[in-house]
Amino acid sequence: MVTSKSKANVLMLKKLLIFTLVMFVFGYALVPFYEKFCEVTGINNLLQADVRVKDNWVDEERWITVQFDANTRGLPWQFKPLQTSARIHPGEPVNVMYEITNDSDREINGQAIPSYSPRFLDKHLKKFECFCFTKQVLKPNETRQMPVQFVIEPNLPADIDTVTISYTFFELPGS
Amino acid sequence: MAAVHGDTHGHEHDDHHPSGIMRWVTTTNHKDIGTMYLWFSFTMFLVGGFLAMGIRAELYQPGIQILEPELFNQFTTLHGLIMVFGAIMPAFVGFANWQVPLMIGAPDMAFARMNNWSFWLLPVAATLLIGSFFVPGGAAAGGWTFYPPLSTQGGLGVDMMIFSVHILGASSIMGSINIITTILNMRAPGMTLMKMPMFVWTWLITAYLLVLVMPVLAGVVTMLLTDRHFGTSFFNAAGGGDPVLFQHIFWFFGHPEVYIMILPAFGIVSEIIPTFSRKPLFGYSSMVYATASIAILSCVVWAHHMFTAGMPAVGQLFFMYATMLIAVPTAVKVFNWTATMWRGSMTFETPMLFSVGFIFLFVIGGFSGVICAIVPIDIQVQDTYYVIAHFHYVLVSGALFALFAGAYYWIPKWTGRMYNETLGKWHFWLSMFFFNLTFFVQHFLGLAGMPRRVPDYNLQFADFNMISSLGAFGFGLTQLLFLYIMINCIRSGEKAPQLPWEGAKTLEWTHLPTPAPYHSFEKPPVVN
Repeated sequence: MVTSKSKANVLMLKKLLIFTLVMFVFGYALVPFYEKFCEVTGINNLLQADVRVKDNWVDEERWITVQFDANTRGLPWQFKPLQTSARIHPGEPVNVMYEITNDSDREINGQAIPSYSPRFLDKHLKKFECFCFTKQVLKPNETRQMPVQFVIEPNLPADIDTVTISYTFFELPGS
Repeated sequence: MAAVHGDTHGHEHDDHHPSGIMRWVTTTNHKDIGTMYLWFSFTMFLVGGFLAMGIRAELYQPGIQILEPELFNQFTTLHGLIMVFGAIMPAFVGFANWQVPLMIGAPDMAFARMNNWSFWLLPVAATLLIGSFFVPGGAAAGGWTFYPPLSTQGGLGVDMMIFSVHILGASSIMGSINIITTILNMRAPGMTLMKMPMFVWTWLITAYLLVLVMPVLAGVVTMLLTDRHFGTSFFNAAGGGDPVLFQHIFWFFGHPEVYIMILPAFGIVSEIIPTFSRKPLFGYSSMVYATASIAILSCVVWAHHMFTAGMPAVGQLFFMYATMLIAVPTAVKVFNWTATMWRGSMTFETPMLFSVGFIFLFVIGGFSGVICAIVPIDIQVQDTYYVIAHFHYVLVSGALFALFAGAYYWIPKWTGRMYNETLGKWHFWLSMFFFNLTFFVQHFLGLAGMPRRVPDYNLQFADFNMISSLGAFGFGLTQLLFLYIMINCIRSGEKAPQLPWEGAKTLEWTHLPTPAPYHSFEKPPVVN
């Protein structure tokens, strides 16, 4: 009686320990699941280009000022846009060049992360090409010019006349 | 009374265990371990309370008087962590250790040595947490939810907190495995699942919730640790990670966690209300199903903590409706408690006072929870004192009041002595008054826009903050009265009668002498 009971207890212990382990792995499985979920639902597509629409309407009546901003965080690069701002019509394709220089004597991998002001600009911004879609690898003292192609859609709320597109380069591990 | 005879015989084994400090270090007796859990959690309650007094002293007036902002943030962070993981959770495990074997007629917990180990991990974790105040850079200061990037940036204190959470998690998992196995495998003959006392039911469901979500917490703090020291980028945007991901994983643990802290409280209250109403619990099976529904629903509502973190409207709607749905099984419970009291022969000894106070104040906290669940309102009150008021109504007047009720209710069984009823009533009424003085006004502060986790505030908030601080000092002092009542009871309380509460019907009252002998139910009782 006693031994059968303690056997049952040990069996229960094993089951529950396996369950605990499964839940620990589940915690980690949430990471790829979250990424896939954001990708499929399009919630967080920082690294994907938008699809061009052929007959894009351009609001020629309206002017918007787009300011360009560039920062680096913790890596020895110089990073700047070749023009600090542009006056554009909503719907009109815009092409801007950025320049990065690796000031150090080692090869460095960097990743640019965009940030917009106002925050909801991402809903009205379609980006076709960007250096931020992939990591950038710069050899010692290399300089590179990179384009960003985008459209700000005409449905941007009417009270907005200035927007800012900002990029920050971070160093990737393993460089 | 055959069982009683068997137990008095068992009592003679007492001589065999070591005495002095080694008795407590090496003990595998569920009653000793339960006692240690309860004293540990009360000690942590005083430490967390000290931090709360510091917070309220700083907030007594606008401006910076006592705590520099950095230290203030450490106080709020550690107050939360210590109260949640050090005070409330171990206190309920302490009750489970004492009561679960007694209520189902088992001789001890299923894994007695593991039980000892899961307790002795706690002081280690607590030392790490409290010790982090004294390392360079101080304790973690990014809030008890330790969101990155603040938690990926802090100093040694954050690492100590992470290890402490690991250890506390391991302790909780071992404790809950023990409780599940005890309840499922060691019930006395005749004690079917649907005859178990409600306290045992709520703990069974709570223990399952714990093994479900505690490993996820362990995983997320491990990710934090590797992000900090081993070059991973789970939450680091620069490396392709996402700080919002942390919030999702944390709250996948964190929301069930709040039910882990309240379900055993429901259990305690469900034992006390029938006893002092002298009626069986109204709607026992609906209570069981309501508890299970709450537990299941609690796993699909986590993102209501994140309505302002950025979420599609569909997600906000789902989490809003799912959250509001929890009000239904909770209301079933409140209805059943009220119906149990209806036309009962009620008396209002201290455990009953705390239980009725629990229902009254927990319902207020529940309603403010429904208000917070509504997305547009939540966007207004997110991170304000409204939320502070809400969760203190469910955690202090909810979980803590139920713990007090349980302590007064079972202390005669544990010690064989009665507490001082007059002082107990004083403890209740003072707690009731000062608690509401402290936290009710915080609803108004929050609605007016006072943010949480800030040591200084606009002059318009000065009056309510002063009231709240005075209430907090009163509440803090009142808890020293509880300490006095308990020590007084243990050392020189009047001898308790065999059945101090004549309405009590569970096994520990009907089948065991008072005080419960060191070894009980070595021969299982027969339950009809």
